[in-house]
Amino acid sequence: MSFNEKSAWIMAAITVGSYVAYLNIILGNAHNLPLADVPYASTLLWTIGAVIVASIVAHIVAAIAAPEDADKQDQRDREIERYGEYTGHWFVVAGAVGALGMSMAELSHFWIANVIYLALVVATLVASAAKILAYRRGFQ
Amino acid sequence: MAKPTSVTNTIRSLRFVNGEMTQAALADRIGVTRQTVIAIEQGRYSPSLELAFQIAQVFKVPLDEVFQYPDT
Repeated sequence: MSFNEKSAWIMAAITVGSYVAYLNIILGNAHNLPLADVPYASTLLWTIGAVIVASIVAHIVAAIAAPEDADKQDQRDREIERYGEYTGHWFVVAGAVGALGMSMAELSHFWIANVIYLALVVATLVASAAKILAYRRGFQ
Repeated sequence: MAKPTSVTNTIRSLRFVNGEMTQAALADRIGVTRQTVIAIEQGRYSPSLELAFQIAQVFKVPLDEVFQYPDT
């Protein structure tokens, strides 16, 4: 497995894990409050920080486990990387458009922030899935 | 993305007749990862024209002895 494919698996796993953890914390703090009144900002920032740290650590571990692959990226890796990011970026656009509409409708900051975060999560997952499929099924 | 290619290749047999060259050795010669050589051999990745020429040069054969495209 190439390092870039490992990276796609790492990002998919960390993204899913962190989002599930974030939802658990937010829903756990909700008690009987309406969701829009639940404090979310610090949890969101800690989650994003944890994703960054976890992905750096996981990539370092993957590089140490197979150092011969760690610094190699060829034409196919670059093409698959671009293809995956291009596929995922539509979800960032969708999230931004959604957040724009919600801002104009003066919806709660909670929902706007969470739509943006969800869009980033989905974009990362779709990009990772597209890359993994391209590595596994083929890429022309 | 995964539209199957009609391009076929004889890399595996060319490796065999060239001293049973390993996929890793071919990958080193053309500057790609072994995974990419495997993907090209199995028809899961169509290399660029430049990479295709590099592969042909390694085996010292014309390009169309390495890659074939069926008549339509």
